[in-house]
Amino acid sequence: MLNTLWLIPILPFAGFLLNGLFGKRLGKGFVTAVALLASLGAAVAGTIAVVQYHAAYPTGGLHLNLVYNWIASGSIGADISFQLDPLSVVMLMVVTWVGFLIHLYSVGYMAHEDGYGRYFAYLNLFLAEMLVLILGSSYLLMFVGWEGVGLCSYLLIGFYYQTDYAPAAGKKAFIVNRIGDFGFLVAMFLMFAYFGSVDFAKVSSIAAAGGVEHWLLTAICLLLFLGAVGKSAQIPLYVWLPDAMAGPTPVSALIHAATMVTAGVYMVVRSNALFRLAPGAMMVVALIGALTALFAATIGIRQWDIKKVLAYSTVSQLGFMFIGVGVGAFTAGIFHLITHAFFKACLFLGSGSVIHAMSGEQDMRKMGGLKSKIPITYWTFAIATYAIAGFPPFAGFFSKDEILASALNNPYFPKPFSWLIWSLGTVAAFCTAYYMYRLVYLTFFGNFRGTHEQEHHLHESPASMTIPLIILAALSAVGGALLGWPHHHFLAAWLKPIFPEIGGAPEAQYEISPNIEYALMLVSSAIAVIGWWIARTRFRDRGLEADDQFARNMPAVARGMENKWYVDEAYGATIVRPLEGLSQFLWRGIDALIDGTLAIVGYIVAAIGDLLRFFQTGNVRNYALMFFLGVIVFIWVLA
Amino acid sequence: MNWNDMIYILPEVILTIGASAMLLVPVTGGRGAKLSAKWMMIILLAITAGALIYCSHAVENIDQSRQLQAMFALDGFSIFFKLLFIGAIAMLVMLSEDFLAEGKYSPWEYYSLLGFALCGMMFMASGVHLITIYIGLELLSLSSYILAGFYKSELKSTEAAMKYFILGAVSSAILLYGISLIYGVCGSLNLLDIAAAMSTIVTNDALMFGIMLLGAGLCFKIAAVPFHVWTPDVYEGAPTPIAAFLSTGSKAAAFAIFARIFYTGLHDFHLEWNYVLATISALSMIIGNLAAITQDNVKRMLGYSSIAHAGYVLLGVISLNALGLRGILMYSVVYVFANLGIWATVLMLRRHQYAGERVDDFEGLSRRSPLWAFAMVIFLLSLGGIPPTAGFIGKYFLFAAAVQAGFGWLAVIAVLMSAVSMFYYLRLVVAMYLREGVEAEFAITTPLRIVAGICLVVTLALGIVPSSLIDQAVLSSSHVAAHAALTPHAGR
Repeated sequence: MLNTLWLIPILPFAGFLLNGLFGKRLGKGFVTAVALLASLGAAVAGTIAVVQYHAAYPTGGLHLNLVYNWIASGSIGADISFQLDPLSVVMLMVVTWVGFLIHLYSVGYMAHEDGYGRYFAYLNLFLAEMLVLILGSSYLLMFVGWEGVGLCSYLLIGFYYQTDYAPAAGKKAFIVNRIGDFGFLVAMFLMFAYFGSVDFAKVSSIAAAGGVEHWLLTAICLLLFLGAVGKSAQIPLYVWLPDAMAGPTPVSALIHAATMVTAGVYMVVRSNALFRLAPGAMMVVALIGALTALFAATIGIRQWDIKKVLAYSTVSQLGFMFIGVGVGAFTAGIFHLITHAFFKACLFLGSGSVIHAMSGEQDMRKMGGLKSKIPITYWTFAIATYAIAGFPPFAGFFSKDEILASALNNPYFPKPFSWLIWSLGTVAAFCTAYYMYRLVYLTFFGNFRGTHEQEHHLHESPASMTIPLIILAALSAVGGALLGWPHHHFLAAWLKPIFPEIGGAPEAQYEISPNIEYALMLVSSAIAVIGWWIARTRFRDRGLEADDQFARNMPAVARGMENKWYVDEAYGATIVRPLEGLSQFLWRGIDALIDGTLAIVGYIVAAIGDLLRFFQTGNVRNYALMFFLGVIVFIWVLA
Repeated sequence: MNWNDMIYILPEVILTIGASAMLLVPVTGGRGAKLSAKWMMIILLAITAGALIYCSHAVENIDQSRQLQAMFALDGFSIFFKLLFIGAIAMLVMLSEDFLAEGKYSPWEYYSLLGFALCGMMFMASGVHLITIYIGLELLSLSSYILAGFYKSELKSTEAAMKYFILGAVSSAILLYGISLIYGVCGSLNLLDIAAAMSTIVTNDALMFGIMLLGAGLCFKIAAVPFHVWTPDVYEGAPTPIAAFLSTGSKAAAFAIFARIFYTGLHDFHLEWNYVLATISALSMIIGNLAAITQDNVKRMLGYSSIAHAGYVLLGVISLNALGLRGILMYSVVYVFANLGIWATVLMLRRHQYAGERVDDFEGLSRRSPLWAFAMVIFLLSLGGIPPTAGFIGKYFLFAAAVQAGFGWLAVIAVLMSAVSMFYYLRLVVAMYLREGVEAEFAITTPLRIVAGICLVVTLALGIVPSSLIDQAVLSSSHVAAHAALTPHAGR
């Protein structure tokens, strides 16, 4: 398996081809079988590869699997080559197994939808591209996967293409991501130009060897981070992710929570050798992450669409991950990526189950009291909520705590800056607990506020949906303690080999004194409990009443949160509309000019054609004349 | 002449005997005539290919130079092209079946002419002596003239054949004149001898005159501006499979001799001729692509597009470096396969039971046969040079060669004109995908399917895994490259 790593992405790709080409003709049973087998096959093949990898590299080396040399000319070459190292292993396991669970869930969720084959074809394609992204051994191949998942994201957001909003949301996601991709591309050009390579291993060793100019490292890191900001929905490019909820809910779980949006975090960790040498860039990463974490959390406080709350929560949690990698706690960032994949997938799938039960309703104002109607959904959702809110000993507690502790004690930044990052993160953590319990109380407690019709149809979801929920809930409960118990940190030990020794840069895994750590743990736990308690007192019994009261007491704040702090409007006024104006100008003004010129050129060309035709009317002599004129010009030029 | 010499030209001998025998079959009448001409031809081609591979191995043991009497070389370069020619002719045989059945023409004559044309192409690929090359070229041309006029009863076809013949004769005369001047100055017609003689000459007007006349004659064969005027007319008038032949196999053979003559024989006067060829290349790309935009007839459009492609290939000749030679080899393959795929589609088009050849005849293809429409998109993208198709790799090498040789401005024109070419290639895509075909009928038959399938697989495979072709091209070009001093010429 180790020398056939390409098999792992090929399997879902084959599933995509089969379902894409024949899915419609061969029916649902065929589609289901192909999609599940393809994703399960990738997961099993990946697991076998990981086991073999561990046997072959007990200390965690880099395994390269050159598939072929795509193009080579002079000093520039590009290989299609896959790799396994501790980081790829972690991503591989998360992506394939969570991916498989969500495929399984989708069988139930999408059962009554049109375009069943199309949906699974796209989903398989997504898995294939994501695997290319995490297994590729160079920035170039990573970029192939990066664009591929972007395409699938676009296709799946616009899955309900008959509606107005879904295609618009898809386009928004695609266009906003292009800005980030531009950064990624320029970063690659810089690497090509100055390092002569875009292989991870080479770039990393060139940087680690020292002597690379500081401005270059900072520029590459910031440009790469621009790519990450787009893909992982950070300020200022986060605006596409909430809209992306227009896609089917399992898509939100897989692509817009658990896997694709975390690609930016993966990329930064992958480039840790560069970032550690560019503390200025890391400051930017940490600050953007912290601001995003808090900003998105405040918006989440006053949303009513259950998926929108989770979407802003995802943006906010991604912000936490960037705090982690930004303060140099790369392990903590990946740790939170994993636990987040568990609990956020569980939450999204749970919300899907709620929506499924509510016959498609997403507005929490029409829900309430669902706890007894859909108990499995409720319990799994509750566990995942404990995890995201950071209750010990659930998964999110360990990873979030590690990030905040590292933020305060990092060896990179001056103390005041570290305090700033920590405070922003801590307030965001408080908001997280608060808005998540608001969601739980509005949805599952109190009285049912929907229509009779909806109440009549309330039902627990089928087993194919509840089994993934249960598994993910279990992982949300214990995953954190298993992977990252403080000072017995499995993940830290596992990931150690991916951080090269760099002279002049701090260790990538720095120790924090236990006393400070336990004190901070207490703070984290207290924050989570306070957030929960406030939400409980406000929403458990009074439900929507509490929201109204909030709006009466602080109308400006409430309106701001409700309207997402008017960021979309601001972008509209400052970027989109001027751009539209410019396009209009280009279209009406410049285009007319170009069109006119082209029309003239076309006219000239046509005239030449007519001229030739005039010469050609059965008169070969003209041809021969032209021919001789050509020869004469030929010789005349030469003489 | 002994067996050891014979082995160099054994494939051509077999092919000549086979093709002559096929010509005689209808005369004998009776049993022979009932045999399938198509299959006989395919078998003949298979034997020829087999003999070629056998001989190429046998020759390796005889002589390092792999040359026969300084006239004929069975080296990597010629084998590469010969296999390409045989493959192209085999696919043309598949394409011709329905055309022959509909027109009630004798397939025996038709196929034997194709066989003779192939024989001429194979001699061209192997020629290291201007007379060998010239005779191969004439054999190819004479067969092509007859094939272009194969619609004996149709005015257009005979007119095309006449035009092609007369202008071809003129160009041959110019070519011969050039050859005779070169002989007069250098005292030999062997390319290596010419190169050796030239290295001692500082400047000589008669020689320059000869090179220019030779170049003009060759430019006619590849249809480069300003010697291109015949192309659209002949493509439009000739029977469609023959137009396909002229624009693929025949053209690739002309590329082969162009490369061989300039790389092996004339490289010493590089600085004199490269700017003239660069101008021709630029003009071909510009005029070919711009004129193609206004065409509604697909055959004419492909005619202009083939003029533009001649311009791209000339980049490889002008740059005169290892990259450029590789580019010529690769681009020939890429171009042949993508073009044959498109010609297969043109052959399939129907309008009211007649052959359709207008852009709007493509309308509705995506609904009628999504897979075929997809294949067509791949062919068009390949001609436009968009990854991940083979065309991108081919263009990449040609353009890179031009940049390396200091012809950056020409590479810029080439890229810009490639962008322009996407306009008219995408017109067909628009017709296929975005227009409802009201009257569209398509005669999709198994042979056409096979050809399109092969072309699709090759075009995609060479785009995604190009290293196999690149390796082959490197191996094949090493022999020609070894003759020429391929380092950039700082001065003579």
